Amino acid sequence: MKIESIVENVTINIDGQDVEVPKGINIIEAVKMVGKGKEVPHYCYHPKLSIAGNCRMCMVEMGMPMRDRATGEAVLEEDGTQKIAWMPKPTIGCATNASQGMHIITGSEMVKESRNGVTEFLLINHPLDCPICDQAGECRLQEFSAEHGRGYSRFIEDKNVKPKRSRLGPNVTLDDERCILCSRCVRFSKEVANDDVLGFVDRGTYSTLTCFPGKELSHNYSLNTVDICPVGALTSTDFRFKMRVWFLKRTHSICTESSVGANTEIWSREGKIYRITPRRNDEVNDTWMTDTGRALYKEIESEDRLMHYSIEGVHKASDEVAVAATELLKSGKVAIVGSAHSSVEEQFFYKAIAERSGAKVSLVSHHGDGDGLLQSEDRTPNLRGALVTGLISELPSENLEVLARDINSGAVKTILAVNEDLTELGISKDVLAKAKVIYVGSHANRTSEVANIVLPSLMVFEKDGSFINQSFRIQGFKAAIPGPRGVQSDFMVLEKIAAALAGEKATAITIDSVWERMTATIDQLSDSLRWHSLPEEGVALDATAFLNLGFVETKNLKYDPVAFKEAHAALAEV
Amino acid sequence: MAKTKVLERKPLTPMEKTFLPQIVSGLKTTFGTMMQKDVTLQYPEERPNIPDNYRGVPTLVKDPNGREKCVSCQLCEFVCPPKAIRMTPGGIDAEADPERAHVEKAPKEFDINMLRCIYCGLCQEVCPEEAIFLQDVFSLSGYSREEMINNKEKLYELGGTLPDQHSKWDKKKAAEQSGNAH
Ligand code: SF4
Ligand code: SF4
Ligand code: SF4
Ligand code: FES
Repeated sequence: MKIESIVENVTINIDGQDVEVPKGINIIEAVKMVGKGKEVPHYCYHPKLSIAGNCRMCMVEMGMPMRDRATGEAVLEEDGTQKIAWMPKPTIGCATNASQGMHIITGSEMVKESRNGVTEFLLINHPLDCPICDQAGECRLQEFSAEHGRGYSRFIEDKNVKPKRSRLGPNVTLDDERCILCSRCVRFSKEVANDDVLGFVDRGTYSTLTCFPGKELSHNYSLNTVDICPVGALTSTDFRFKMRVWFLKRTHSICTESSVGANTEIWSREGKIYRITPRRNDEVNDTWMTDTGRALYKEIESEDRLMHYSIEGVHKASDEVAVAATELLKSGKVAIVGSAHSSVEEQFFYKAIAERSGAKVSLVSHHGDGDGLLQSEDRTPNLRGALVTGLISELPSENLEVLARDINSGAVKTILAVNEDLTELGISKDVLAKAKVIYVGSHANRTSEVANIVLPSLMVFEKDGSFINQSFRIQGFKAAIPGPRGVQSDFMVLEKIAAALAGEKATAITIDSVWERMTATIDQLSDSLRWHSLPEEGVALDATAFLNLGFVETKNLKYDPVAFKEAHAALAEV
Repeated sequence: MAKTKVLERKPLTPMEKTFLPQIVSGLKTTFGTMMQKDVTLQYPEERPNIPDNYRGVPTLVKDPNGREKCVSCQLCEFVCPPKAIRMTPGGIDAEADPERAHVEKAPKEFDINMLRCIYCGLCQEVCPEEAIFLQDVFSLSGYSREEMINNKEKLYELGGTLPDQHSKWDKKKAAEQSGNAH
C-alpha cells in the first residue's frame, strides 16, 4: 500500500500510545509504523497479497470508544475520558483496519496466550528438522517458536507424515511436512503471477499443498514463493543445501535482466555469490523478481570470462593498454559501439571519449517479449542512462549495418566496442579485419578474439555504479564481491583514456568524484546528488526531453508508458 | 637500584661438614621409592587413561549403523571461536544412496584446522545431531600446515562409532514408512 496516496489519517491508540496512521491500514502495518522494533507476529499476512487471515498468529486485543446505543452519546469514565468497549476475545490484526479512536493492545496476557497456543498447534505436526532445513536462520516459525513456544512437546501421538522433497517445478522443491498452510504461495501464484497452479488437498491436519493435477509451478516468478514462504516448506532447488544464510553478506544491487531494474539483494560469502533475492521497492518491483534474473550471477564463474588486459593477445598492465588504446583512438576515424549494459558512470566516460576522439556512437537494441510484470521488452538495464548521459540521442537500432558500410568505405578505421559481439550484428569477420578493434567487456566472444586491444570489465556484482530504468529512475548498485584479480573498475581505466585524449593527466577517481563531474554537466542530475547518498528507492529523473522517443516497453507491473507520458507532460506544464 | 638485604649464612656444624646426613637422607628416598609402584608411564608405548569428558581432538562419529551423523548444518562452523572449521554442505543423492535418502543432507567436505582449534568443545556442545565429539586423541603432529588440517576422511577415522541414544533418523524413517499418512 502506498502510504502517501491515502489522504485521511486517523488517530489510534496502540499499547497506550496515540499514533496517527492512514485510515484503513491494518493493525500489523500500523504497529510497524510505531517503530521501535514493535511487531505483531504474523505468518499469512503479506503486504503485497490479499488478506487470508488463516494463521491466527497476529492476535491483538481491540476496543472501540463506547457510545450509548440509544442516544449515540459518548459513555465516559469517571475521570472524563471516553470509556473503551473491549472485545471479549482477541482479534486478528491483519484483517482489522484502523479507524478513529480504535484501541489496540499487543502485549497482554490474553494476546500472549493466544500466540503461544497457535505456536503449539503449529508445532504439533511440524517435523522440527531445522538442522537440515534451508530456511533456518530466516524462518518465522523458528523465530516465533523461540519467543512463544513451550520448549517441549505435550503431543505424544504420532506426527502426520506428508510428502517430503517433492519437485513442484523446475526451480522449487517442496517439503509438505514443514508447510504451515498459510497460503501465501497459493495467493501469490494466483494474484501476482497470474498462474493459478497451487492449492491444498485433504482436510484438517492432513491438508497438503500441491500443484493442480498435470500442472507445474513453472512460471518465471516461482522463486518468489520461496521468498515469501515463512517456513522452509518451499525451497529453491538451486540454493538448496548450498550455504547457511547466516554466513551470507547482503549487498544491495539492481537486476540487469531488463529495463525494469528490479531491486535485488546479493547474498555472498567470501567472494562467492550464493543467491539473489528481490528487495522491496514499491515504485519498481514491489517485493518480487524473476527467476531468470536470479540466475544471472552464474555468468561470473563462466569459463569465457575475460581476466587480463591484453594487446594483440599478449597480457599487459592496464596502464600500457590504456596508452595503446589512446593512441589508436587519437588516430581518428573512430566509431564507438556503446552498451546499454554499462553503468551510467561508464556511459558518461564513453561520451567523453566520443567527444574527444570525434567518434560516432551507436548502440544496439536487445529486445525480447515482455511478460507484463517484471520482464520488459527492452532486455538492457540502462538504455535511459545512455540517453541521459548524452551518449546517444536516438533509440538504438537492431544491428550495425551502417557501421559495416562505414568500415567498408574506409570512413571508420578504429572501433571501440563495449560488451557487444559485432560479428553477430551485421559486421562479418572479414569486414571487421579492416579496422582496428578495442574491445571492452566481461566475457570473451568472437569480437574479443579478433580485437587488437582487450580491456576486461567487471560485472554488475563486482562494481559500484548506477542504472536508469524504464521510468527514468536512477538506482545505485554496490559491489558484492571482488572482481578477477588485477581487473580495475571500468571507469578508472576509462578515465586514463579520456584524460589522455584531452591531453590532461589522469587523476585517481572515486565513484563520488565521477558523480561530481556528472552532476555538473548532466541537466537531469541535480547538483547535490551523490552516489553514496542515493536513496534506497532511487531518484526519479526528469524525462521530459525523451518523451517523444518510441520506447518499446508496454505496460508492466509498475510502468504504464501512456500514463507515464501524461504524468510527465502534466508536470512540464505546471 | 633496589635495596638488597644480605642474609647471614649459618655456619655448618662439623657433622654437616662431612655431608653424611644429606647422603643418607637422599639414599633413603631413593631406596624408598624403588620399592614403591611406578608413577610414570613409558610414553608412547604406554598411554594414560583418558577420562570420558576429556577434550581431545575434535572428531566426527558414525552411528551404530555406520551412517555418518553430521548433516552439515554448519552450526559448529558458526560457533567455532577461532574459525577452525570449514565445510561444504551438500545433499544426499537419493538414487545413489536410498538408505540415507531421508536424511537429505550431509557434508561434502569437512575440514578442521588443528593449528587453529583451541579445544574449547563448543562444536560438540552446539551440534544438534551429536555428530562431533572431542574424544581422547591428544597428541598430533605433522610436517606441514596442510597435514594439520583434518579432512572429512581423517575426522571419521579418528572418530569411529559411538552409541546413539536417540536414533532420530531411524525413527523418522520408520514413521515415513508406517506413520500417520493420509
Ligand atoms: S508452502 Fe509455505 S507459503 Fe505455501 S502455504 Fe505452506 S507455509 Fe505457506
Ligand atoms: S573445539 Fe572449539 S576451537 Fe576446536 S573446532 Fe571445536 S569449536 Fe572450534
Ligand atoms: S554441528 Fe554437528 S551436524 Fe552440524 S555441521 Fe557440525 S558436526 Fe555436522
Ligand atoms: S497474519 Fe493475521 S491471521 Fe495470519
